[in-house]
Amino acid sequence: MEPAIKINNLDVFAGKTQILKNINCEIQKKMITVILGPSGCGKTTLLKCMNRLTDLYPELKVSGEILINEKNILDPGADIYKLRQSMGLLSQRPYPLPMTIYNNIAYALKLRGVTKRRELHKLVMDYLKQAALYDEVRNRLREPASRLSIGQQQRLCLARGLAVNPEIILADEPTSALDPISSRFIDEKFQELKKDYTIVVVTHVLRQARRIADNVIFMYLGEIIEQGPSTEFFENPKQEKTKLYLEGMFN
Amino acid sequence: MKRSLKVEETVFRVLMILSTAFILLILGVIIYSVFEKGMRALSLEMLTHIPEGGYYYGKGGGILNAIVGSMVLAFGATILAFLIGLPVALYINVFLHGKPKLVNLIRFILDLIWGIPSIVYGAFGFTLMVLIGLQTSLLAGIITVTLFILPIMIRSMDEIFRTVPMGLMEASYSLGSNKSELAFKIFTRQSVSGIITAVLLSFGRAIGDAASVLFTAGYTDNLPNSLLEPVATLPLSIFFQLASPVPEVQARAYASALVLTVIILIVSLFSRGLGKRYHKTKINF
Ligand SMILES: Nc1ncnc2c1ncn2[C@@H]1O[C@H](COP(=O)(O)OP(=O)(O)OP(=O)(O)O)[C@@H](O)[C@H]1O
Ligand SMILES: [Mg+2]
Repeated sequence: MEPAIKINNLDVFAGKTQILKNINCEIQKKMITVILGPSGCGKTTLLKCMNRLTDLYPELKVSGEILINEKNILDPGADIYKLRQSMGLLSQRPYPLPMTIYNNIAYALKLRGVTKRRELHKLVMDYLKQAALYDEVRNRLREPASRLSIGQQQRLCLARGLAVNPEIILADEPTSALDPISSRFIDEKFQELKKDYTIVVVTHVLRQARRIADNVIFMYLGEIIEQGPSTEFFENPKQEKTKLYLEGMFN
Repeated sequence: MKRSLKVEETVFRVLMILSTAFILLILGVIIYSVFEKGMRALSLEMLTHIPEGGYYYGKGGGILNAIVGSMVLAFGATILAFLIGLPVALYINVFLHGKPKLVNLIRFILDLIWGIPSIVYGAFGFTLMVLIGLQTSLLAGIITVTLFILPIMIRSMDEIFRTVPMGLMEASYSLGSNKSELAFKIFTRQSVSGIITAVLLSFGRAIGDAASVLFTAGYTDNLPNSLLEPVATLPLSIFFQLASPVPEVQARAYASALVLTVIILIVSLFSRGLGKRYHKTKINF
């Protein structure tokens, strides 16, 4: 099957230091791909290249190719707004928009073109239910989203990210700030969502990677050391560095 | 060694306490004298009547002309400065994000303009009026005061927008927002109380300044009724009437000083209060 994302010879420089070195990889459709690696190896940067959030950092120079539906999204002419809508982002810490719980999701829906009030309302409820938030917030939809707990905020961000109707979900250590119960919810939710979405999850927690990954990309110091199906990667790693990492030598 | 450090520390602590006490003392004396003289001059008539028989000679009436005039002028200028300043501050932080050199230059220039004394704005406003054939008037005053408070408005909103976290920008862009949506829907909402603080701060400056309105707004006994006629203001009400030998006229100056001080105190207290709340929600975030 055609991969959802294909990355060819991707380099990222910040001034003279090279953050990503000749990255080549494929993200398969409707699977969970985990990007694994020690702190500072470039996982977040790789993720941000995929929806061009790197544009926000003028000090970063990105070159190479990222193909989605056979189009290179790094092209200066690419429609980045559409690109970003085709991906939902979950960041390390949740950033609810400065508005009500309801409007956090309605905002995303409006961006995707939903305008009718009734449809808007129905979809907001749907996405709240999808993120298992509905029961907790149905009586406080008009409260500012910042009043929610961190775990609830992260689920709201998931709901909001799904509301733009993406094909791909990018998640950057989405559970690292959460309590164990919220974390497990997110992990399980991903398992369920992969039926319909392509999911990329950054983590440096081995246990989480083992639990959720279909494919693994292992990075070290800006390079991809090893990539492949999860079972292969964990049972039978090829590279010396991978073996050391799996034995916990880098942490 | 240890001993001398301790001595040094004590010396500085004493100096600090002394200078703080000195400032508080001066502030106390000023506020006391304003209130003491102002309270004696204040009456219902003072607040509800315009001067009778001319502000410079007349013994009756009050300062309603200056209270209403100042309010109208300061409101007008604040609204104008807000309407111009908000898009500029948003532009700097959203559209010019990623051009730090340019942004720093703009901030530097704004800070320079902020430092220009208001009398220079007054003179500039006057030159401008001559150029376009405008008389001393409410309109000329509003335009000049707008220019005077504009850098204050822009820079204080700018400082608030700077604190919008990068993660929030990323979150809104990742939903597919464009820059205008990020600016007007996210930045403004995230910064509501900070924006109000900036507006109050600018209003306080607008209503308290004498030099910028001296040549441009003029002075009158009447209530403002047209944009093209002169308007009275509280600072000039003090300036023109305090030097009078007539005690009743002087009283109007003291009353004006008191009213102006109270307005500015209220405005600053409000903006301080908001500022605090703003920081609280920030940490909570
Ligand atoms: N905008 C930037 N300017 C300069 N250097 C940067 C920038 N962004 C990232 N870096 C550097 O690139 C390297 C990789 O950063 P990145 O955030 O991608 O790592 P990471 O793998 O996500 O780490 P972590 O697990 O700690 O989140 C780091 O050394 C970081 O300091
Ligand atoms: Mg990271």
